[in-house]
Amino acid sequence: MNSTGNSGRALPWALVTPALGWTLLFFVLPFVAMGFSSLTSHENGGFTLANYSQFFSNPSYWQAMVNSLQVTAIVTVVSVLLAYPFAWILAEQVPERWQRLALMLAVLPFWTSYVVRSYSWLLVLAQNGVINRALTGSGLISEPLQLANTRLATVTGFVHFFVMLLTLTIFANLKQLSPSYRKAAADLGAGPVRTFLHVILPLTLPGIMVGAFLTFVLCIGDYITPQILGGNNELLMPQLVMMQIGRRGDFPLASALSIILMAVVTIAYLACARWLKIERA
Amino acid sequence: MHRIVRIASWIYALAVYGFIFLPVVVLVLFSLQSTSFPIPPFTGPSLRWYEAVLSDRRLTSALVNSLSVAVLSSATAVTLSFLSAWGFARFVLPGSGLLRGLITLPLTVSYLIIGMGLLVLFNWAGVPKSLLAAGIGHVVINLPLCFAIIYSQMGDHQINIERAARDLGAPEWKVLLLISVPVMAPAIFAGFFLSMTFSWDEFVISFLLTRFDTTLPVEIWNLLRSGLNPKTNAVGSLVFAVSIVLVVFFELTLLRRKPA
Amino acid sequence: MNAPLVDIRDVSHRFGQHPVLKSVSLTIETGSYTILLGPSGSGKTTLLSILGGFVNPSEGKVLIRGQDCTFVPPAKRPTTTVFQDYALFPHMSVGGNVGFGLRMQGVDGATRAAKAREALALVGLAAAFDKKPHHLSGGQRQRVALARALVIEPAVLLLDEPLGALDLKLRRQMQDELKAIQKRVGTAFIHVTHDQEEAMALADHCVVMNDGRIEDEGPPERVYARPATRFSATFMGESTILAGTVVETGDRTSTVATPVGPVLLPSALPLGSAAALAIRPEHLVLGTTSGGTKLGKADVSDVVFQGSFKRMLATSVEEPSLQFIAKLPATATVRPGDTVAISCDTDQIILLAD
Repeated sequence: MNSTGNSGRALPWALVTPALGWTLLFFVLPFVAMGFSSLTSHENGGFTLANYSQFFSNPSYWQAMVNSLQVTAIVTVVSVLLAYPFAWILAEQVPERWQRLALMLAVLPFWTSYVVRSYSWLLVLAQNGVINRALTGSGLISEPLQLANTRLATVTGFVHFFVMLLTLTIFANLKQLSPSYRKAAADLGAGPVRTFLHVILPLTLPGIMVGAFLTFVLCIGDYITPQILGGNNELLMPQLVMMQIGRRGDFPLASALSIILMAVVTIAYLACARWLKIERA
Repeated sequence: MHRIVRIASWIYALAVYGFIFLPVVVLVLFSLQSTSFPIPPFTGPSLRWYEAVLSDRRLTSALVNSLSVAVLSSATAVTLSFLSAWGFARFVLPGSGLLRGLITLPLTVSYLIIGMGLLVLFNWAGVPKSLLAAGIGHVVINLPLCFAIIYSQMGDHQINIERAARDLGAPEWKVLLLISVPVMAPAIFAGFFLSMTFSWDEFVISFLLTRFDTTLPVEIWNLLRSGLNPKTNAVGSLVFAVSIVLVVFFELTLLRRKPA
Repeated sequence: MNAPLVDIRDVSHRFGQHPVLKSVSLTIETGSYTILLGPSGSGKTTLLSILGGFVNPSEGKVLIRGQDCTFVPPAKRPTTTVFQDYALFPHMSVGGNVGFGLRMQGVDGATRAAKAREALALVGLAAAFDKKPHHLSGGQRQRVALARALVIEPAVLLLDEPLGALDLKLRRQMQDELKAIQKRVGTAFIHVTHDQEEAMALADHCVVMNDGRIEDEGPPERVYARPATRFSATFMGESTILAGTVVETGDRTSTVATPVGPVLLPSALPLGSAAALAIRPEHLVLGTTSGGTKLGKADVSDVVFQGSFKRMLATSVEEPSLQFIAKLPATATVRPGDTVAISCDTDQIILLAD
């Protein structure tokens, strides 16, 4: 109904103002502050574009963005490829009554602390960690492999987290499909493979896009995993940002780098915007 | 053909489960190590590192800090988002779509950037680093999440329920308190629970916005400076155990309830 | 001398550019059972919402007990609404639901419970006091909604398609109960439906609506026997509609020329004017009867056995666009493909206003 009739304009505004105010004050305003900060000089506080031009002229900064994009792309693709068959097995091959338990088990490590999860991988991948001990112990290699403090370690830590996240979203997506689709396809003469390719996959694609976007956003902005597992051998953008604050207290440069990072995410968001609507059921 | 698919499925699923559980198993196993390095060979079981954790004042106070920040910031986020979701769902407001977009916008921004922004703002405004500052940041990240959950559950069938209450003489605030909140309780609870877990686990905002008194993830981070240490394993295992208990509780109480 | 209980004066309403009510006026008497009957989109639910205070009309006034209530909020007017989906509070017990209105009035708990029990007993649900709404069947929820609305003793009870969600058998049963409850409490009921059988069974006063207007209103017997308009003749029961022109007027009679022959009517109409006539299915007769009006020949297209009677559809031979709908005795032997002569009792021909 478009007439509520009995209440003035004051009540609805009173309801939405606190949330809007909070968002404006602690999300939009900080962003504006960051914008201003990024245009000032760290040395003398005057107006400058140097913080941005540095990013484009300093190859090590530029390289951090390239690294971030590479790692994020690898992580997103590998996670989707690992999680999709897994979610499919949980949804299709596991008997109905065990599915809930199977899914809960599959995301159980979600509930360890984020910092702890990365640390756990360090235990596994360290010089004298579980994997190296197992490999040297069995005589497969004589010298321990350099696993920790590499891009491989960063990617492994990320993939571990995002496989769980994507399994959840893809599983939910598969379960939402009516079984009639599969029956109808089979009835019309499609084999299991063609049913999957022409019916199931296209129908779950929007869900995969949402999951992939989520992966992208969370991955490219994460500081912990690369810092703990990748070390400082190869910097990613978030590490570069934190470095400006931590070592040098250079807020203007950190702001500029943050804004550049956010611009990249925004471009990705606009590219997937039509799959990512939040609407009232 | 069917058999092959089945067997391949089993092998694949077990491999993924193995991958998912490997670090957790290693974490928990070596938290029971009796020697000083959480690396093979296993020398336990021993509870000495758990004792070390529980007698560490820094860790226990960080745990209390984390819980307080999680509860208070989640309560704030849920309250603000419920009120605004109710306002947007029940009243026609000019620019409603745009305003809703604004509220959900922080969902698409990395925590790092939200934290950076607040750091710059607070630094400029002279607000000192504190748990309160971190809590404000946690509301910023959880508000859009709660809003999305609660707003999506405000179906039209509840409109008539609220109308019925108004028709029977309830003033607006009683409609809200006696009808809308209880009817929306599952969504409100879900929002609160999710916020709690996100806040509980949040690192980078707390790292940027707190100094001396800090949250558990930041304190664990500080522990990491000492390298591989069974004490870190023990803390991690404890956090894990608490979360599992919460999840099981949530699963048993909320999700098993029959829909009305 | 007495003002009517409800007086709706020239109410119009638009949703955006779209008019849903076009200058509707209606009065409702104390203690009456009024049915607003019409197809979806006829404006009947909007009219009910305006009465309940959920919608403010674009124009016109609503007076209840002589007071202008047009812009009075729902809580402040002496009406209560029973919603189509019942709108029971899912988190409260049945007793809590029924007692809610009294709670809002500040009535103490004991009195509240007693009155709620009384209201539940009235609708035959005394035992359900402590149950939750989702433990009840559809029919029971309907009764709880009724008790919840009645317990605060409104002057007018508004029911929005109250039986719409029930299956046919339960609907007929609830109809009888609604009528009985209404007689017992004496509250004026205004009930919206699109089911003409429901309307005929329940109404003291039947209001036929179409396209935002009142087409016809009156006791259901009158509306059925003498529908005012073509819409009313076809929506409240079926009719065969004949169109013609007045070719001869006498003292108190007119002759209307129709494609199937002249029809004599017992009223004087202006010469040359167009006239629309309706005949109810039960008044059509096969063959020619003495003293009846002959309506030509027709090709039978369909005969459906309905238990106590047969429903026949036939197309006029003289005017192929004319469709006869007739209710024949169950013993009739007519079959599709037959050509039959059709006539009817002259007294039963209804002259429509449009």
